[in-house]
Amino acid sequence: MKEILSDLDAWRAEGRRVALARVVNVEGSGPRDPGAAMAVSDNGDVIGSVSGGCVEGAVVGEALDVLETGERRMVSFGYSDDEAFAVGLTCGGTIHLFIEPLDW
Amino acid sequence: MSDLYQRLRDAIADERPVALATVIEGRNAGAKLVVEPGGVALGTLGHLELDRIVSRDAAGELAAGRTGVRHYGAEGQARETDVSVFIESFSPPPIMLVFGAVDFTAALARAGKLLGFNVVVADARSVFATVKRFPMADRVMVAWPDEVFDAYGHRLGSHDAVCILTHDPKFDVPAVQRAVATEVGYIGVMGSRRTHATRLERLREVGVDQKGIDRLMAPIGLDIGSRTPEETAVSVCAEIIANRTGHAAPSLRDRQGPIHRPSDNR
Repeated sequence: MKEILSDLDAWRAEGRRVALARVVNVEGSGPRDPGAAMAVSDNGDVIGSVSGGCVEGAVVGEALDVLETGERRMVSFGYSDDEAFAVGLTCGGTIHLFIEPLDW
Repeated sequence: MSDLYQRLRDAIADERPVALATVIEGRNAGAKLVVEPGGVALGTLGHLELDRIVSRDAAGELAAGRTGVRHYGAEGQARETDVSVFIESFSPPPIMLVFGAVDFTAALARAGKLLGFNVVVADARSVFATVKRFPMADRVMVAWPDEVFDAYGHRLGSHDAVCILTHDPKFDVPAVQRAVATEVGYIGVMGSRRTHATRLERLREVGVDQKGIDRLMAPIGLDIGSRTPEETAVSVCAEIIANRTGHAAPSLRDRQGPIHRPSDNR
């Protein structure tokens, strides 16, 4: 999360509403370790990364939903072999994310 | 509302260790504690005893530099799983001490910054040790090794690195002497195999024991045929990573023959 703090400061100073997504657990081979973080602002701007590009698109959707509903949540992404176009990690692992409004 | 974020933010900005504990599953999901070393905490997870236990655990995780999920009962009981808490440790950046303001130093300092090190460049010669030559360094010290280790030695641990590039026994020997007296994870010393053989004699003379000598990565870096300062910086940094992770990598120290070969493709 360190690397996105200065951008977060700027967003907070502008009064933007922000959702924060953090990797909390990784099973098997994962691209990023627990603590990897990205944030999405209410107008859809994105900073940081949680997977090196595999699932960021889906995380943006979840994060915007968290902002809209105010409901924090756990979200998991794993390798998906039955749906060719499903969102998944190509490395075969599973990552678990916690997504919450940055209201603290 | 923003006290927790601000407290976390300030600690990270000041390079003080801090942990953030967040309930991710169970009652009060999203509740947080910002924990400083020793277990001093701001915030609450909704139950005093849970706060006390998690603060204690977070301080332990922080000291070990670990990040991960732990499970508790609703009142902090061990071996129960009502509440999952994500404890994220924010450690200050690791330190890289670079001795010698030589032609390899700027490239190594840049590579060290790339890896997130707090880079300190030191040389006793004021003409060479200047901020102008090493603008990328976090600190440039005109100092002898003793002064540098007096300032940083007690802070060095397994994630930190000492790189001795001076090639001059006047600086090398005291720098190695002080480095092996610390807990630093990596000690690299530049110079040819012949230079290092002579250096070893001097080190033994001043009382550096075999255990200390075994810690030295000399010649410094991996055997990847690097020649330019930039290539050498990459080989040193890769060796630092391999050293920390314990992965096998072809260190020059563990090989024989010349560091540079005429047959190398350039």
